[in-house]
Amino acid sequence: MTALDEGERPLLEVRGLKMHFPITEGIVLSHKIGEVKAVDGVDLTIRRGETLGLVGESGCGKTTMGRCILRLEKPTEGAILYDGVDIAGLDRRSLVGLRRRIQVIFQDPYSSLNPRQKVGSILSEPMRVHGIEPDAKRREARVKELLSICGLNPNFADRYPHEMSGGQRQRVGIARALAVDPEFIVCDEAVSALDVSIQAQIINLLEDLREKFNLTYLFIAHDLSVVRHLCQRVAVMYLGHVVELAECDEVFDNPLHPYTKALLAAVPVPDPTVEADRTFQPLSGEVPSPINPPKGCVFHPRCPIAVEECRQLIPELRELRPGHWAACSQVA
Amino acid sequence: MPPLLEVRNLRTEFRTGAGIVRAVDGISYSVDPGETVAVVGESGSGKSVGALSILRLIPSPPGRIVSGEVMFNGRDLMKLSDDDMREVRGGEIGMVFQEPMTSLNPVLSIGRQITEMLEQHRGSDHAAAQKRAVELLGLVGIADPQRRLKQYPHQLSGGMRQRVMIAIALACEPKLIIADEPTTALDVTIQAQILELMQSLTHRLGVALIVITHNLGIVARYARRVNVMYAGRIVESGSAPSIYHTPHHPYTMALLKSVPRLDRPRQARLDPIEGSPPDLTRLGAGCAFRPRCRFAVERCAIEAPPLEPIGDSGQLAACFRSREVSLEAEPEAVA
Repeated sequence: MTALDEGERPLLEVRGLKMHFPITEGIVLSHKIGEVKAVDGVDLTIRRGETLGLVGESGCGKTTMGRCILRLEKPTEGAILYDGVDIAGLDRRSLVGLRRRIQVIFQDPYSSLNPRQKVGSILSEPMRVHGIEPDAKRREARVKELLSICGLNPNFADRYPHEMSGGQRQRVGIARALAVDPEFIVCDEAVSALDVSIQAQIINLLEDLREKFNLTYLFIAHDLSVVRHLCQRVAVMYLGHVVELAECDEVFDNPLHPYTKALLAAVPVPDPTVEADRTFQPLSGEVPSPINPPKGCVFHPRCPIAVEECRQLIPELRELRPGHWAACSQVA
Repeated sequence: MPPLLEVRNLRTEFRTGAGIVRAVDGISYSVDPGETVAVVGESGSGKSVGALSILRLIPSPPGRIVSGEVMFNGRDLMKLSDDDMREVRGGEIGMVFQEPMTSLNPVLSIGRQITEMLEQHRGSDHAAAQKRAVELLGLVGIADPQRRLKQYPHQLSGGMRQRVMIAIALACEPKLIIADEPTTALDVTIQAQILELMQSLTHRLGVALIVITHNLGIVARYARRVNVMYAGRIVESGSAPSIYHTPHHPYTMALLKSVPRLDRPRQARLDPIEGSPPDLTRLGAGCAFRPRCRFAVERCAIEAPPLEPIGDSGQLAACFRSREVSLEAEPEAVA
């Protein structure tokens, strides 16, 4: 879907991905009464070595996208080609090899680390599971190495998570992802829970690691400023659909989709002079329920430029400028 | 015109297993009638405890307001009886908290929670309170207020609940609203709606607003004056433009440099503040920011710098080298 150079195969290619969660009623005779269309037909490619930002508000399906790619969910429909192999339908056993190549960093450094495990054991467990460094001594050395790569004192291996600050814990979460030497990491709101001064440290660390280990990131976030800083390309999601996709600066400087425009206008910039010159009309209404999404373009009830056609026809994601895709029938 | 609220040397501490935490360590600031003042800082900086102390909502034990005066409308809130204080809260001072789900009562209808305020504080009868509640919900932009009055908090979205909180805060026509991270739990587009609503209502009704937030963008868009807090103290204070364009405290400057900005193209690297915020149980005599500060000198370890005026613009900073701090110049290395 995305323009690619001839012969370059993307690391990840998602085609027509749908993830619908059933809503059931009844405990004994449980039956389906509806479904939540968390992801509803998404195409996406991620090139080797890039950071693709996936942004949107709560409930837009960005986390579900990440979970499908990690195969923590089995998608309802569609293909996920990882390095040319469709992983959407693989069973548990076949997924083990994949888990070594794709890792995840979660948002909350408090709940994503086992409070009863020491940092050393948290970091060596994935190596044991995947049979990397079978020798305990060498594993221990590798744990220390991982800690220092992530900017922590190697002695932290003997600590418990509660003895560390939020920023330090997030570094442990990153070290754990690196333990199996992955090539692709899904960062799900990886810096959202951190204070501003710590956030910048972790952003720099992620950037350094990407260069050093040739990593590819899917960076899921709601904070647009962080995404602008960290990502090469950005996909904007709304209610299960990708509505805009382009190079990072292109999305922020020349947004095409009315939702992207509204989203960018809503973010206040830390500069009172800039803010004094900005006028904006906040988007009215709220995000509709993904159980009963609007017909036609899912954004039409809140859209300032919607016309009659938008109520009926689902707009295709079209390449309106080179490499700049948007799903809106009213922009050209 | 005298200030509406004047906080003088307020100190609040908490007794914890690890020792005494001086969460708020002698803060002083004022709010003029109708003015929007922001208190900005990171977790643990004391910004929320400072606000709760003004309202005397510190759970005791473990907390204790050690000293200080809070002059509001000519009275010292610290000296009021508990009954009088209850009248002030929700009456003359409205409150909006971060979590609208936990700060609304889940077993009372929206209508009941608004009318309760009016009956308690205003002595309104039921019919009058009901009428005013409909009016208030309309004021905060809730469509179909008659129907909404009968609903319960769980039937509303996060944005709606926060609108209800604002309606409750405004119910008794307060002179001041304290909003503690009012939009942190909300999505960006809803955050923008709520903040625009708060701004237009406070302007229209002449209500002063204290916004407590960690978001430097919100401060820049909405506040006239700013207090920056670090480790329980106000380290810098001044008009919003002066804080953002000519910061004179190294922490403020470092904070501004470490935030990624939406209106700037991809930078190579951010300039983070190294290290972590201090352990409040182990604060020494010196400046709490010293271990992370690029400007620190020997004196900073011995005494804490007082909050002092920089020139005559009304800007204050608590740093011995405040005059040397600027966004352009890097500090000279100190041996």
